[in-house]
Amino acid sequence: MPQSAEKVLDHKDLFKEPEYQAMLEKKRATYENATPAETVAETADWTKSWDYREKNLARSCVTINPAKACQPLGAVFAAAGYDSTMSFVHGSQGCVAYYRSHLARHFKEPSSAVSSSMTEDAAVFGGLNNMVEGLANTYALYSPKMIAVSTTCMAEVIGDDLNSFIIKSKEKESVPADFPVPFAHTPAFVGSHVDGYDNMQKGILSNFWKDAPRTAGEGLNIIPGFDGYCVGNIREMRRMLGLMGVEATVLGDASDVYDTPSDGEYRMYAGGTTQEEIKEALNAKATLSLQEYCTRKTLAFCEEVGQQTAAFHYPMGVKATDEFLMKVSELTGKEIPEALRLERGRLIDAMADSQAYLHGKTYAIFGDPDFVYAMARFVMEMGGEPKHCLATNGGKEWEAQMKELLASSPFGEGCQVWAGKDLWHLRSILATEPADLLIGSSYGKYLERDCNVPLIRLTFPIFDRHHHHRFPTFGYQGAIQVLVKILDKIFDKLDDESDISFDLTR
Amino acid sequence: MAKDIADSAETNMKLIEEVLAAYPDKAKKKRAKHLNVAAPVVEAEPGIQSKCDNVKSNIKSVPGVMTIRGCAYAGSKGVVWGPVKDMLHISHGPVGCGHYSWSQRRNYYTGTTGVDSFVTMQVTTDFQENDIVFGGDKKLEKTIDELNMLFPLNKGISIQSECPIGLIGDDIEAVSKKKAKDIGKRVVPVRCEGFRGVSQSLGHHIANDMIRDWVLEAGEGARAGYEPGAYDVNIIGDYNIGGDAWSSRILLEEIGLNVIAQWSGDATIAEMERAPAAKLNLIHCYRSMSYICRHMEENHGVPWMEYNFFGPSQIAASLRDIAAKFDARIQANAEAVIAKYQPLVDAVNAKYKPRLEGKKVMLYVGGLRPRHVVDAYHDLGMEIVGTGYEFAHNDDYKRTGHYIKEGTLIYDDVSGYELEKFVEAIRPDLVGSGIKEKYNTQKMGIPFRQMHSWDYSGPYHGYDGYAIFARDMDLAINNPVWGMFDAPWKKTA
Repeated sequence: MPQSAEKVLDHKDLFKEPEYQAMLEKKRATYENATPAETVAETADWTKSWDYREKNLARSCVTINPAKACQPLGAVFAAAGYDSTMSFVHGSQGCVAYYRSHLARHFKEPSSAVSSSMTEDAAVFGGLNNMVEGLANTYALYSPKMIAVSTTCMAEVIGDDLNSFIIKSKEKESVPADFPVPFAHTPAFVGSHVDGYDNMQKGILSNFWKDAPRTAGEGLNIIPGFDGYCVGNIREMRRMLGLMGVEATVLGDASDVYDTPSDGEYRMYAGGTTQEEIKEALNAKATLSLQEYCTRKTLAFCEEVGQQTAAFHYPMGVKATDEFLMKVSELTGKEIPEALRLERGRLIDAMADSQAYLHGKTYAIFGDPDFVYAMARFVMEMGGEPKHCLATNGGKEWEAQMKELLASSPFGEGCQVWAGKDLWHLRSILATEPADLLIGSSYGKYLERDCNVPLIRLTFPIFDRHHHHRFPTFGYQGAIQVLVKILDKIFDKLDDESDISFDLTR
Repeated sequence: MAKDIADSAETNMKLIEEVLAAYPDKAKKKRAKHLNVAAPVVEAEPGIQSKCDNVKSNIKSVPGVMTIRGCAYAGSKGVVWGPVKDMLHISHGPVGCGHYSWSQRRNYYTGTTGVDSFVTMQVTTDFQENDIVFGGDKKLEKTIDELNMLFPLNKGISIQSECPIGLIGDDIEAVSKKKAKDIGKRVVPVRCEGFRGVSQSLGHHIANDMIRDWVLEAGEGARAGYEPGAYDVNIIGDYNIGGDAWSSRILLEEIGLNVIAQWSGDATIAEMERAPAAKLNLIHCYRSMSYICRHMEENHGVPWMEYNFFGPSQIAASLRDIAAKFDARIQANAEAVIAKYQPLVDAVNAKYKPRLEGKKVMLYVGGLRPRHVVDAYHDLGMEIVGTGYEFAHNDDYKRTGHYIKEGTLIYDDVSGYELEKFVEAIRPDLVGSGIKEKYNTQKMGIPFRQMHSWDYSGPYHGYDGYAIFARDMDLAINNPVWGMFDAPWKKTA
């Protein structure tokens, strides 16, 4: 008997015990009608061949292991960045259970959102009654200061009109007439979670800015974009701006709500951009987006109201941080202080110390378009060579931007850009044209196993490692975190593979 | 009625009233029917401790209250079909449903992923606007061709419909028939759109019906030519979460039975096809798979019985009940197996019971666990003070009375608000629920275990699982972190 009270074996070890191995072997041999082992092995080899790769890359209909989620997830995340705001997702209720679970699994934090719980009758008659009743319940139970409404694909397919539904709900006194209920249509069959983020940001801003008079001022707004590292990153960005003496308004600051303390009190809401701040933000001189692909519509709207705009691709690494700080300096007239120059120097120092281990390492990188751009750029700054850059939710424009970036450095030579491809494509790609390291989310662990390429988790979602998001990847300090993560993986691998060269000092 | 029961019943009724006070009238009226306390039994029935079917269940969730429930797709793809390992399961529609449910239920399996097994893959038609406007049948057809080419060792394909499919009028049944012929494998259309029904539950039912129509009654498959043995049984309604079905199977094999099929954790389509040849269906999760058991009983003459492999009391009782359906040899084996594991049970109890005795537990889970795990807690000397189901029906609540004592708080389709208030008022020593409930509970200073995924542990079934269960409850409750919530300089009032 393998189990004992002294040393309890759970799934990791229990099923390796001979009793279980024999049982599983018998099950397979007797009942499963399993494919013979040699055929499985042959087929497994074939899935790693060029022939398979060609067939795999030629598929036009099925998507397998895509690195993207759907719009409403982005909308729920965007709304979480606003003070005491409850996301209300209009449509089927299962979707909301999924978004909440997904965010909770990444942040290891509660994630709140409600559904209008539409069922078959609502599919026939529309979901107006669900919204009227739902808004009233949400308002009564959860005392939000704002309810941000988005849609599941069900509501989109039947054509429910959020604007008129919200007006009618207010007429029926579900919520007070002056209670803010911004909304965004977020069809899951268009774009991905980054577009849902964009749509909800625009929905919230336009709710407060439309028809409001603008007095152009000197303020600066920053929109972080969909970022699983928002907790560490927004705080780091605020710290850097603080060193510059810049007071910027972060539009959609989820750093507190996804990082509440354990002290006996559950806070459904924490921090976030207040409505006063949103209103005042209209007068800002400029709005900066830290992730272009998360804010294309939102920035266009900011331009419409008369603001200057600039978009970055995730300010991670040396030059990306330089550019961000210089832009802030240019817009605010504040100089970049010596303290930040020293921080920059420390990052460069760290990179110089470790360059022997970084130079020439090859990488496959996947994730959202802005992340992949920033990561590839930083990799090249370290003397690494991106070989494959993949964004399932990246389009032609992103592909062109990536190619331009890669062409700007000799380290980008020979890198292939895979827009719109999924992680099953990447499996074939890595099996035929390998890289030393893989950078992406937890979903990359299957590639790590199948293609024997070490995975460095640096983007959302990270389910199987804890607390990474508490540390920044933005700015010079964040870049050091990223550098250390990459180096640790390189050194661990080196030690694992070393016998004679098992050196104490590296 | 003992005084403490009367007290808790009265306190709990008052608590329900207080919690309901926050609702607008219409919602309050609806929600009031779902909250109650376990009542005394009116007529004594053997094994019944209380009357728990005094709440309404399996009714539409109230909009806007933060129901914890999922949808029919989650019930079909996530629960019933997804674990069938040698089939490809297409999440048919937009990308999200398949993404969020990708690899999240921990249905363990053996095999080579992406070659002959496919459980932890996210396969989707990734609907775009054009597919909504012009329909997705053609895309689905080609998807099946592409899958069959890239995964030649697949033994079949299921189509798990997401919301848009049923709204745009696609004919996935016609596609399935055509493609089954083309590829010479089973292609199973499942209309489990998320808006159908009120919870995961209808998804289970629809998924069961499709197994009936498109597998069991659509050609014998691996059943053809199979010589049934006298001791052939099936494990039904075990999803092998963290290996649960394996730590159950090992016991059934030890008492001399042949488990010819596991449904659906670590299942192959051949096992499912062969299942009607068994002598007895053993069903663990009654809620999600009773339908197919009834079908096999009516159409194939396979009787079924419920069993419970959580905790030594229920395991022993179940092994005896199962053995009673067979001959003296099996019965003797069952006694021998129970005796064999008794030292393990004694050692586990000796180690953990003193650390857990008297601890109060609140549960809120899915299909069978709000009642099935209760005696495992009792075996450790723990007490259940509240329980409820996401998607139970009346017969589940009726069965809950076998386990739950009078005066226990019962909540059906509890809202986030209600559960938080209940937990805050009762302050149990442990809450067992899901990921959406985990972190808010822990922030209140109350230990928590996810009881859907076993919080990434398991198995919890069987004797081997009981040791893990006991260890996990102990580590959750007795970790030093719970004692450090208050800063020492903070003055308490």
